[in-house]
Amino acid sequence: MEFINALVLLTNYIILPAATYGSQLALGALGVTLVYGVLRFSNFAHGETMSFGTMITIMVTWQLQSAGVSLGIFPTALLALPVGIFVTVLLLLACDKWVYRFHRQNNASGVILLIVSIGLMFVIGGLVRFIIGPQDQIFADGSRFIFSARDFKKATGLDEGLALRTTQLVTIFTAAIVVTAVFWFLNKTRTGKSMRAYSDNENLALLSGIDPDRVVKVAWILTAVLATIAGTLYGLDKSYKPFAFMQLLLPIFASAIVGGVGNPLGAIAGGFVIAFSEITITFAYKKFISYVTFDAVQPEGLVQLLSTDYKIAVSFIILVIVLVIKPTGLFSGKTL
Amino acid sequence: MKKFALTAVMAAMLSGTAMAEDVKLGILLGFTGPAESLAPGMANGAKLAMKEVSDSGLLLGGASVSSTEADSTCVDAAAATAAAERLVDAEKVDSLIGALCSGATTAILQNVAMPKGVVLFSPSATSPALSDMEDNGLFFRSSPSDARQGQVIADILKDKGIESIAMTYTNNDYGKGLADAIEANFTAAGGTVTINAAHEDGKGDYGAEVAALAQAGGDVLLVAGYLDQGGKGIIQSALDAGAFEDFYLPDAMIGESLVEAIGEDLNGAIGSVPGTDSNGAATYVEMAKAAGFEASPYSGEAYDAAALTLLAMQAAGSKNSADFKDKIFDVANAPGEQIFPGELAKGLEILKNGGEIDYVGATAVEMIGGGEASGSYREILIDNGEITTVQYR
Repeated sequence: MEFINALVLLTNYIILPAATYGSQLALGALGVTLVYGVLRFSNFAHGETMSFGTMITIMVTWQLQSAGVSLGIFPTALLALPVGIFVTVLLLLACDKWVYRFHRQNNASGVILLIVSIGLMFVIGGLVRFIIGPQDQIFADGSRFIFSARDFKKATGLDEGLALRTTQLVTIFTAAIVVTAVFWFLNKTRTGKSMRAYSDNENLALLSGIDPDRVVKVAWILTAVLATIAGTLYGLDKSYKPFAFMQLLLPIFASAIVGGVGNPLGAIAGGFVIAFSEITITFAYKKFISYVTFDAVQPEGLVQLLSTDYKIAVSFIILVIVLVIKPTGLFSGKTL
Repeated sequence: MKKFALTAVMAAMLSGTAMAEDVKLGILLGFTGPAESLAPGMANGAKLAMKEVSDSGLLLGGASVSSTEADSTCVDAAAATAAAERLVDAEKVDSLIGALCSGATTAILQNVAMPKGVVLFSPSATSPALSDMEDNGLFFRSSPSDARQGQVIADILKDKGIESIAMTYTNNDYGKGLADAIEANFTAAGGTVTINAAHEDGKGDYGAEVAALAQAGGDVLLVAGYLDQGGKGIIQSALDAGAFEDFYLPDAMIGESLVEAIGEDLNGAIGSVPGTDSNGAATYVEMAKAAGFEASPYSGEAYDAAALTLLAMQAAGSKNSADFKDKIFDVANAPGEQIFPGELAKGLEILKNGGEIDYVGATAVEMIGGGEASGSYREILIDNGEITTVQYR
């Protein structure tokens, strides 16, 4: 019983939240890695792109809600997602046409494009705050829990509760579907293969007749899809706050780099590595230890490695360690 | 009364309005930031007092009172200082009402109010640090210090039979000051604080913070944060994870927006907010309703801050900070005729004739120590989605 309690405790406070957060980071990192692989620069505007896509989704969700449309226990925002994705695709294609293309045609280096993306980050961030305002927005609906901690305790008679929120389930499932679809696209379709070829060796790809404009366009479309889905899932699961997306940039880049920039598989692994380390390192293990040691040891303190204030520092430290020890990342992407 | 006011206005219009120099007050509150939902009610409260005094035509021989607003933010010292400087230098205000948060208030006091010799009267800055701070006698507040709130909270918790609490505070002057006061008082009363951890405002996710609080355990989770910010996030996360079901909400967590955002899960939460059962409070609620706004938390304190500033000017016969700063204690405390909200004209009249008043106002304000209210608190209970009053302490 004690052991089951310990397991439930870990699932409730570490495994479920980290798996959810990891899925959100993985989708974000996948977008960053895609831009890096194809266009060869670190896209700092990615966080704000997520914010923009989420904003459009939220506004469409409000329309749907006021029209009385709902998805039962699932959030209505899922219905609004396609519109959010569509508008974000238009935004990114416009950015590419008016901003990035000019620099690409001038054979600008990655650093210049990176700085340009920082500029766009501020522009998009300002646009978002201008349209929807800087405050929190609540747009989650449907039922909040699949089962709540109270229900779980009552049903099992355990001391520890386990809550499964609808948004957690939706996040993990959606992320799994999207990731599978992206891999299928990259590995099985002609366009996907041409993207990989272009990413692998640009000159060789051009010689074999791949249209670079088309590859770039598809890369932006995919990025918009991933960013909007990641942002909406994060907003549903936590809360939508425009400023939070700028803070998300660090863990997202850390995820992409830990996994190996330019490597899609690495981005996903990196997302989970960062999420699990952030949560396991700042978790207080007091109760857990007293469960597994059968009351033999009752820790005095909280048994917490690092205070939660330093949560963001964890991804930063991992980022630095990886850059020093294995700059290509776990799955050997391109070095930055 | 109405007739009296009307005649007074007429008299003022007929006699020497042009002679009197007009008084201008700066309302400097955190209109943006983590407690932004409290600011409009407070600004309305201050303006209500100004309008009342202005309409009476009795201030300093018929001076009218105007106001100008500025955003002090909550914790951004640079923005608060810039806003205060603008009010004092460009807008030429005679006195400042503000700021909302302790951090902004400290910055304004040290960087603007003291160097320029302007009185700063805060309705809601409650950090204990402000009690002992050097202020040249220029700083006042119509709210009590959190050292007092710490005592009241410890008393309420003990009365409820609560033995242990987990505590998290917003990482700034206000949060830290209050959390320390609560911990000191509660431990002295024999209670246990299982954890006293800071949280940052403005984050998207408070899961990790709540996990640490949950592992420490406790009968009640005390959230010394802001209702529109991290405080709300912590409570939401705690409920989601099933970590805590009972909450204690100090002053900056109490407001309709929190009750609306969290919903029925907040029922049963207890809290405390400065408040009084004096007749003044009820009168003020009515007055606010008639003026078309809600008497939200600290709105009455803002009314009192503006009223006391203006009454002190009348008592000193001058709108210069250096002259009237010493009169604030005189008009706020006994002896003298008691003055309730809506009776500012009466107070002005008495002072004009050289009499003494004991301003009670909306919050039964009594000045003590370094220029702060002695403080009575309203113990509240969130019951069925409503903030209800249990008793006054």
